[in-house]
Amino acid sequence: MEALHPETNLLRLSKVCKSFKKSGGEEHLVLDGVSLTINEGEIVALLGRSGSGKSTLLRIISGLASAGSGKVLYRGKPVTGPVQGLAMVFQTFALFPWLTVLENVQLGLEAMRVPQAERHRRALAAIDLIGLDGFESAYPKELSGGMRQRVGFARALVVEPTLLLMDEAFSALDVLTAETLRTDLIELWLERRIPTKGILLVSHNIEEAVLLADRIVILGTNPGVVISEIEIPLEHPRDREAPAFRQLVDEVYALMTKRPRGAAGKAEAVPLSYRLPVAHVNQLAGLMEALAAEPYNGRADLPELANQMGFGVDQLFPLLEALEILAFAHTEGGDVELTAFGNNYVDADILRRKEIFAEHVIRHVALAAHIRHVIDERPGNRAPEERFLRELEDYFSEDDAERVLRVAIEWGRYAEHFAYEEGSGILSLENPVSSMPVK
Amino acid sequence: MSDRNLKIILPNIWDIAAFTLVMGLVALLAWGSRQMAAPYTPGEQIPLSLDPSHLPMYALRTVLRMVAALVFSFAFTFSYATLAAKSRRAEGILVPLLDVLQSVPILGFLSVTVTGFIAMFPGSLLGVEMAAIFAIFTSQAWNMAFSFYQSLKTVPKELQEASVLFGLSSWQRFWKLEAPFAAPGLIWNTMMSVSGGWFFVVASEAITVGKTAVTLPGIGSYVAQAIQDKNLVAIGWALLTMLLVILMYDQLLFRPLVAWSGKFKFELTESQDAAESWVLTLFQRTRFLGILAKGAGNLWNSLTERLPKLPRRRLTFIEPSSFALKVQGFVWHAILIGGMIFGAWMLIGFVGRGVDHSEIFKVFMLGLITLARVMILLALASLVWVPLGVFIGLNPRWATKVQPLAQFLAAFPANLLFPVAVVLMVRYRLSPELWTAPLMILGTQWYILFNVIAGAAAIPTDLREAAKNLGLSRWRLWKRLLIPGILPSLLTGLVTASGGTWNASIVAEVVSWGSTKLSATGLGSYIARWTEKGDYPHIVLGIAVMSVYVVSLNRFFWRRLYTIAQTRYRLD
Repeated sequence: MEALHPETNLLRLSKVCKSFKKSGGEEHLVLDGVSLTINEGEIVALLGRSGSGKSTLLRIISGLASAGSGKVLYRGKPVTGPVQGLAMVFQTFALFPWLTVLENVQLGLEAMRVPQAERHRRALAAIDLIGLDGFESAYPKELSGGMRQRVGFARALVVEPTLLLMDEAFSALDVLTAETLRTDLIELWLERRIPTKGILLVSHNIEEAVLLADRIVILGTNPGVVISEIEIPLEHPRDREAPAFRQLVDEVYALMTKRPRGAAGKAEAVPLSYRLPVAHVNQLAGLMEALAAEPYNGRADLPELANQMGFGVDQLFPLLEALEILAFAHTEGGDVELTAFGNNYVDADILRRKEIFAEHVIRHVALAAHIRHVIDERPGNRAPEERFLRELEDYFSEDDAERVLRVAIEWGRYAEHFAYEEGSGILSLENPVSSMPVK
Repeated sequence: MSDRNLKIILPNIWDIAAFTLVMGLVALLAWGSRQMAAPYTPGEQIPLSLDPSHLPMYALRTVLRMVAALVFSFAFTFSYATLAAKSRRAEGILVPLLDVLQSVPILGFLSVTVTGFIAMFPGSLLGVEMAAIFAIFTSQAWNMAFSFYQSLKTVPKELQEASVLFGLSSWQRFWKLEAPFAAPGLIWNTMMSVSGGWFFVVASEAITVGKTAVTLPGIGSYVAQAIQDKNLVAIGWALLTMLLVILMYDQLLFRPLVAWSGKFKFELTESQDAAESWVLTLFQRTRFLGILAKGAGNLWNSLTERLPKLPRRRLTFIEPSSFALKVQGFVWHAILIGGMIFGAWMLIGFVGRGVDHSEIFKVFMLGLITLARVMILLALASLVWVPLGVFIGLNPRWATKVQPLAQFLAAFPANLLFPVAVVLMVRYRLSPELWTAPLMILGTQWYILFNVIAGAAAIPTDLREAAKNLGLSRWRLWKRLLIPGILPSLLTGLVTASGGTWNASIVAEVVSWGSTKLSATGLGSYIARWTEKGDYPHIVLGIAVMSVYVVSLNRFFWRRLYTIAQTRYRLD
């Protein structure tokens, strides 16, 4: 659509698929026909929830992993391995703890066999550019998170990458630090003080994406597909409070919470093949309480809620999804509303809450009902967790099957539908008996 | 940065101190190593003098053997572990192999290889030296290789990705990422191995295999001579010398290295209890040596930069066809199975020719006796050292003082103390069956102590405060907090001590004083007795049985306990 002039494409992905082999030898599809273009002079944000394969996609783009099928072209040439001209900033910084700031920044230059004097000069310039002067001889462990990520940026920028990849580069930082770093980066970019021609930003923070990107690509989950693309035509610097900005944020929220199975699934249970979101019982209770209280009184605008709770998409969306599955709340058009059940839950005391939760888990989560059923049927009322893991592996990768089962176990345990013993991995009806009675 | 003024280049007081230390060491090493290749014909008795003035020279010879073994161990570690970590196919065989090698009694290697080494270097003492060095090597290499392999397998993924993305060559990756990441673990394990190695260096200097009586000048052979001459004063001198050697090793090598390796710990917060060493501080304060080190570093860099640039590391996206993989796999497995059959055939043939079938059962029974000794000793030592270790570990002031002492004692070769015990046993007519047993654990019990101290010191203060706040009784405090809290470290200590005790049984179950020989029934004394007679089939049988015991004990007992402790009682 954009790519009228192919030579201005920095990167072009067409119909990229990727699957991983499961232990049984079957394939598990992670990316399904992803097409994506990054043009020169553009910042593109890749938004997606966990399980959307955005990390895998980034690794394919950077040449760390191969695409199963489809084409990955960097400046018109197929990517077959790590590409010179690409640099990445990592979520966890990925600094070498035994190297000083200066040595960390020089790393890429050393690999390129830049002579020492020039290496030194360029590294110092990059350190200067990113505002790290005075810390050249410090070790990463002496620095705060924000300063560490500045080293990460300096290390990436010093090799003068044509395309800068950022893997959730700000998500491990606190709110204030992240904001300063974003502002600094966008300034360098706008003032053309870095030779970088394009930036691909992987994020789960919607506001961050709207703040920085010229275009947002939204990935859907399981398997990852591009579900929509949205242009951000706002001028920099962008004002988070401006109505146009808010409206775009709302729009992205609505797009990302749109459920493929439709809104009408409330009464029925989600099947075994459903990827249960990782949501802890206490978080769900906390979120419902917050929704019921002032100022929301049962209904909240998602961006506002996320802001107030300091939540990124990765944290908020699984909770919303869980509430939706359990019929405690309903999300639509960028708003979330507590249902009557949700309100009941909030008003109840601790024991009654357990009862309500128990009822909803068994009615709406087929996996929990299935586990209970199997335990009931088995002699001795005991079943090993492997039994269920194997069943789930029909639908998910090994890791995901494990994750989904963990969620079902946590919910089922809290609801007292069954007990679980961590060491042996046995699910049973009785509650764990202490090895010695408490005095 | 280094162009402030001339003052920086001029040596300071620290430089002079450090320079003297280093050059002195170099000169000593040079002198000692020349002695190693002295001419020698098998059967020749190397004269040993019990005059204490010869002891420094003997000590140096002993130290040199250790240094040589260490060099070989590093070479082995880097190649073997790297291969195991990088090639999946090699990994499948190399790692279990290491596991078995680890359980072969170290003095067994010596008994079996010594004649071979002598044949390899005819007319020179080097052959005998090599046999001793090889035995010491076997006490260090496996452990070090394991540590390095495990580190290589756990290099953080994002650092690997960063180094691939930034285009580091494999050579650069090794030195910038893998070696530094592995350094703390490798250095700690090396130092533990060297500490254990003193025992074997001393034991390997005076050994008789059939007609080949081997005496290498050193502290161990000095003590052996003193035992023969019933010279208690000479033994006192030898103990004093060894004490000084271990003290120097501890202060000049162990502590500085461990403190220095703290730099490579993969952590993003500064740890509170960083190790300290005055020698390291000394070297870090020197100006001249600092510049020298930097110069050497630069030289190294420019040399390696001149290496031909290898093509950027490509990830092979094109997977070999499954047919080619299958053929490769088939060939590999065929070689493996062939090797196994050949090995089994050799073993059975060799042992079977010289040993009666009923003997095998007997040897297994002897192993059972030694097993009982080892386990009872470990239990007794735990009964003593766990309460003490916990007490010390919970008092930080005590812990910092006792910890180095325990590590020091672990390094001291306990076999030098055996004669003293034998004198007592002879005088009071004590039964060797019972009283040689404590000798086995004399040197290895310290591993229990210092691991317990470390474990107790790591129990979070808030847990202790919570326990106090809940008013837990003393018994409950132990049951609910202290024992579970130290369990992983206690097990680490017990595993190390167990291995060491099995090894020690070969020298501890048979002890002598002059012509008096005290012997306990067990697998250790079995191996020792046949070694002296030079009967290889019996030696090999004894060694194989001991390996079987040690491997099974590790697999079915220690590792299982360790896994439980690691999963259930981890404090993080």
